[in-house]
Amino acid sequence: MRGENTVVGKQRALTFQEVFLTLSQFWQDRGCLIGQPYDVEKGAGTMNPMSFFRVIGPEPWRVAYVEPSRRPVDARYGENPNRFYQHHQFQVILKPSPDDVQELYLQSLAALGIDAKRHDIRFVEDNWEAPTLGAAGTGWEVWLDGMEISQFTYFQQVGGFEARPVSVEMTYGLERLTGYLQDKENLFDIIWVDDLTYGDVFKRAEYEHSAYSFEVADVKTLTTLYDLYEAEAKRTLEQGLILPAYDFVLKCSHTFNVLEARGAISVTERTGYLGRIRALARACAQAWLKRREEMGFPLIGKFRTAAAPTATPAATPAAAKAAPSVEGGKARA
Amino acid sequence: MPENTARRTLDGAVDFVLEVGTEEIPARFLPAAIEQLEARGRALFEESLLGAKDIVAYATPRRLVLLVAGVAQRQVDREADVKGPAKKAAFDAEGRPTKAAEGFAKSQGVDPADLVVKAVAGGEYVFAHKHVAGRAAEDVLGEALPKLITSLEWPKLMRWGDHDLRFVRPVKWLLALYRGTVVQFSLDGVTSGRTTLGHRFLHPEALSVATAADYLAVARVGQVIVDPAERRAQIIAQLRALATKAGGKAIEDPDLLTEVTHLVEYPTALIGRFAPEYLQLPADVLITSMKHHQRFFPVLDDQGRLAPLFITVRNGDDYALDVVRAGNEKVLRARLADAKFFYDDDLKRPLADRVAELDRVAFQERLGTMGDKTRRLEALTADILGLAHRPLVETVRRAAHLAKADLVTSMVKEFPELQGRMGQVYAEKSGEPAEVAVAVGEQYRPAFAGDEVPSTVAGKVLALADKVDTLAAAFGIGLVPTGSQDPYGLRRAAQGVVAILLAADFRLSLGQLIDRAFSHLGDLAAKAAEGRPALMDFLRARLTNAMAEAGLRYDVIEATLAAGFDDPARAFERARALASVRDEEAFADVVTAFTRAANLAGKTAAVRPVDPALFEHDAERRLLEAYESVAAEALVMENDGRYTAFLRELSKLRPAVDAFFDAVMVMVDDQRVRENRLNLLRSVSGLATRVADLSKLVAAPAAKA
Repeated sequence: MRGENTVVGKQRALTFQEVFLTLSQFWQDRGCLIGQPYDVEKGAGTMNPMSFFRVIGPEPWRVAYVEPSRRPVDARYGENPNRFYQHHQFQVILKPSPDDVQELYLQSLAALGIDAKRHDIRFVEDNWEAPTLGAAGTGWEVWLDGMEISQFTYFQQVGGFEARPVSVEMTYGLERLTGYLQDKENLFDIIWVDDLTYGDVFKRAEYEHSAYSFEVADVKTLTTLYDLYEAEAKRTLEQGLILPAYDFVLKCSHTFNVLEARGAISVTERTGYLGRIRALARACAQAWLKRREEMGFPLIGKFRTAAAPTATPAATPAAAKAAPSVEGGKARA
Repeated sequence: MPENTARRTLDGAVDFVLEVGTEEIPARFLPAAIEQLEARGRALFEESLLGAKDIVAYATPRRLVLLVAGVAQRQVDREADVKGPAKKAAFDAEGRPTKAAEGFAKSQGVDPADLVVKAVAGGEYVFAHKHVAGRAAEDVLGEALPKLITSLEWPKLMRWGDHDLRFVRPVKWLLALYRGTVVQFSLDGVTSGRTTLGHRFLHPEALSVATAADYLAVARVGQVIVDPAERRAQIIAQLRALATKAGGKAIEDPDLLTEVTHLVEYPTALIGRFAPEYLQLPADVLITSMKHHQRFFPVLDDQGRLAPLFITVRNGDDYALDVVRAGNEKVLRARLADAKFFYDDDLKRPLADRVAELDRVAFQERLGTMGDKTRRLEALTADILGLAHRPLVETVRRAAHLAKADLVTSMVKEFPELQGRMGQVYAEKSGEPAEVAVAVGEQYRPAFAGDEVPSTVAGKVLALADKVDTLAAAFGIGLVPTGSQDPYGLRRAAQGVVAILLAADFRLSLGQLIDRAFSHLGDLAAKAAEGRPALMDFLRARLTNAMAEAGLRYDVIEATLAAGFDDPARAFERARALASVRDEEAFADVVTAFTRAANLAGKTAAVRPVDPALFEHDAERRLLEAYESVAAEALVMENDGRYTAFLRELSKLRPAVDAFFDAVMVMVDDQRVRENRLNLLRSVSGLATRVADLSKLVAAPAAKA
């Protein structure tokens, strides 16, 4: 499968944007609302309020969206072909998790042109934990011919609450998945569309964000910002405004990530910083559950079309996607 | 994890099959799950009164399987006495059955007049005597199977969807057949049937199983090899064929084989290549990249060096195998490119330059940084050399200084399991003396049961310091392992301490070593030392294990350790000496004599020298003379470590001890005389306890008439 697009036989491989458009279409057809990236920096798609809050409590939910995920410690100045400051996740949440969710996932790979019979697709144990979100789940990383392309998690706990019903999260690493489909050794060479590569779009950004995270970020300013964001989150939450408060929690988390990449956080401080984020995230989660209860859990009974069985029993296997960063689908801070 | 790797086939025709179909179960859980399923299945069939000639459990990532041969069609009919209320509650004053008795009789379907009274433990009760008709196997099993499935224990359970059941992974289907009949039951909405699913990709369609005896053949049609031993054997055969064809030999790591066996339902091995330029990377880096991250088997060439080859096992057949190969090669290429990037980057700076960064790395919460740990290692290694009367060598000091520096290299951040190994490589490349590099590389040894201790003195000293520091620090903040919980690997560390001290060619006092380790804990030191007794007990337990593994009997170990284990190597020799003489017939009498002396000596009120002027019997004087003469010899032998000779020398005291007890009444009223005699016995028994507390020996069975 080198040199030409053997993965999809005679057809050319999908472009980067065709990959996430195909996935969007696929999950829309299975009753998901198609969300958009959330405009606050974050380390993983799970932290988008469309995931974090919606998996709490008894209301059903189905969503799919692309999420840029920023991980300053993974920044490599655009020099490493596989590691980025920012990569893109395609995030799917199905709540409750349908009984045929593995088959649905495999069908989504087939939609990308991945013929499971020609590949080796595995579900290899990988349990996910995001202590700062009070979240933990069981699941797998999905391997396509030895490459991790997705993270597949049944949430067991979120915001410190036991998850009932259980949501399933599927996180596709878009760069790695596309790189596989297009047979690119260097992910910057991925075709985004036509004659534009991923590198054309992001290479300079990778360099600048790397230089900022490792060399330029002003520790004093960021430390002050962290404190300000935290205080604002608390104050806002006290006013009963959960979502604005949560925005400031996300800002705390990203600020912490930059400080960590900058080498500005000592061992003893680290535990403290993380503990403060965790406390805020949990407080938001608790307030959210209470608020939804007061509102009478308004989404109960929705997503009825989606709840109908969608999958045919026979799965078409396929695989694809890699979380470009070491921890595909895992939230940082 | 123990795993029965021999293939097991059922003795007799298959009468019953249970298959629990699931989403992919973690490979590491399956070996224990198979054992559990088989053991609990066996218990179920025993209790069910259906009998079972033979039972075997199998598993794949997607199914748990129990096969049983020789199952009766029905339980045998039997007579049973069912216990009811107590007699006094069952009959009124006139001896008529009460409401309680009538209710019980009704519930059992017998006439109240037929209730009988029987005395059992706890008093007299009424019993209903009844004939119990045996039930059909399907009915009995249908009731028992849900409990069997949910009784399995897993390291981690989960829920899914809006189901209530907690299981290792979602349950997708249940197949249960007694011969040709479906055993009906359901589990959280899944109903049993005769349908199984084949391999996820090779045979996604459902398959119907006519009878239990057909199950394995049908699974095979579905391209599922249910028996893990068969999959393992196939994998090994394929590995060998591929490696041989390539002129090499695969490294057949048994743990990796077990894991891979449980990652596939239908194994097909394939060989792939990587660019020979990567062979410049340290072998451990290549092996870790292949094994731990990709579950690839590395291949050695005919010289025993790593070849630019790997073997991986696909979960499927050989269709489009080239696509799978190319994909795996690509993944490994990216991993090795990363590793090479880390390696080259790490080599840009000498290892010593990184030591300062250790102040930013946590050792353990509440226990400071790796920088703190490094400074403690520098101090403690110097202490060890002092305690062992060895000159302070620059090698040890330098090795301690550099020991943890590799933790802040890119390579070890990426591959934590390479700690120590990378330190050695980078120390060498930084121009450190070879013996410093080797000591750094050996500091984590022994890293697992059966691993070797460090080969060099510097390595032993550093490894000892590292482990003792970890133990002192952990016990100092109360992190004492309980049960199977040992998140900080303290048992392994303590085993390492014992193993190193037993193998070392230097001697030192364990107690003093521990004291020094506590003294370096800074602010924690005073409080931490409260953990000392627990730590000494913990080390004693590891020494006991080491001795037991060497084949020493438990009472010999107890007798030896009761006499002290401050020098574990000497304690081991004392135990061996005791073991060598303890079964000699004559020695049993020696033990009796000394035990008697020791028992009485324990009553001594005040320890003071024996005063011959207080002797009233010749036997007292003769015992003192015998003691002084034996002690003079024995102490030299003890000093020389000749413990067998020491114990034989002791036996010379026995006639004098026996004569003493024959002639002398110890516990007389005259306090001075009594105390003098007790002190004489204390001296005698105290001589023995320099080697062992003989009173802890269990009398040898009277083998000879």
